[in-house]
Amino acid sequence: MIFLTTGTQLPFDRLVRAVDAWAEAAQPGCEIFGQVLSPPEAPYRPRNFETRTRLSPAEYAEIFEKARLIVSHAGMGTILTALTRGKQICIMPRQVKYGEHRSDHQLATVERLGAHPGLHKARDEHDLAGCLDRALAEGESLQIATIDPFAAADFSDRLRAFILSTEK
Amino acid sequence: MRSPPKLMVVASAGGHWVQLMRLRKAWDGLDVVYMTTEPGLCDIVKTMARDEGAPSPKFISVTDANLTEKARLARQLFEVLFAVLRHRPDVIITTGAAPGYFALRFGKLIKARTIWVDSMANAEKLSKSGKEVRKYADLWLTQWEHLAQSDGPHFMGRVL
Repeated sequence: MIFLTTGTQLPFDRLVRAVDAWAEAAQPGCEIFGQVLSPPEAPYRPRNFETRTRLSPAEYAEIFEKARLIVSHAGMGTILTALTRGKQICIMPRQVKYGEHRSDHQLATVERLGAHPGLHKARDEHDLAGCLDRALAEGESLQIATIDPFAAADFSDRLRAFILSTEK
Repeated sequence: MRSPPKLMVVASAGGHWVQLMRLRKAWDGLDVVYMTTEPGLCDIVKTMARDEGAPSPKFISVTDANLTEKARLARQLFEVLFAVLRHRPDVIITTGAAPGYFALRFGKLIKARTIWVDSMANAEKLSKSGKEVRKYADLWLTQWEHLAQSDGPHFMGRVL
């Protein structure tokens, strides 16, 4: 199953349309599920998969676990969760010029994020189909290295030292 | 003899929360109250603490709001204020966004020490709340070395 998620804050129909078009053209019969927040005015209804607006954290974790590929906006939460769980992930950044976010920080995320096994970056909707194809091909031939569930120890150690130095 | 400080750990649900939880070894074994915007995270936090053999943390959920939702934001502000006054943490740590900003501001009223870790998503410039929180953060951090300055924000590491 492929899990498409736009996050719960803002719609991202450009991504939903691109996944729908890809599913129709390249992957008929491919199972996809979407957690999709659509714009209240003129929401896009995908023809090739079911969607829900919101998922509880428990439902989200369950679907995430079942998925072989995650497709999402370039949000750090989804990226970190996918890398921690050893999932292939395709990310596409939201852009202000399409009214998809309040800033273009997701473009910077895509640019600055280092290479990680299983992390695939699409610049835009035109780039997405190729990105999805690559991720699926790699998912079937590669064992993905997962990242540790914790940040590097020197970072949390320094924060701990600061916390413990506090006088009660 | 000094007893260990009481900690409040604050982040809105989503990416801010996921980043903050990656830092939880920093408060392993301490008396912790978590505050976020998604009530469903309560079970997940308690299960995680149990699995890791940590003491069961307290959990508070507050109204979710972004900067454009003034009424919800006002409700969140009061909920965060009450939570800070009620629990009186010695230290507050947050990755943002709005509830973390409020928690740090109110935290300074009760003389808590405060830590702001700006989200890793802000790789080009600090977040809006991250800039505004400067005066209220004892430890004011960015997760990107190229954004660090000698007078802050400082760089101590990144969650990934």
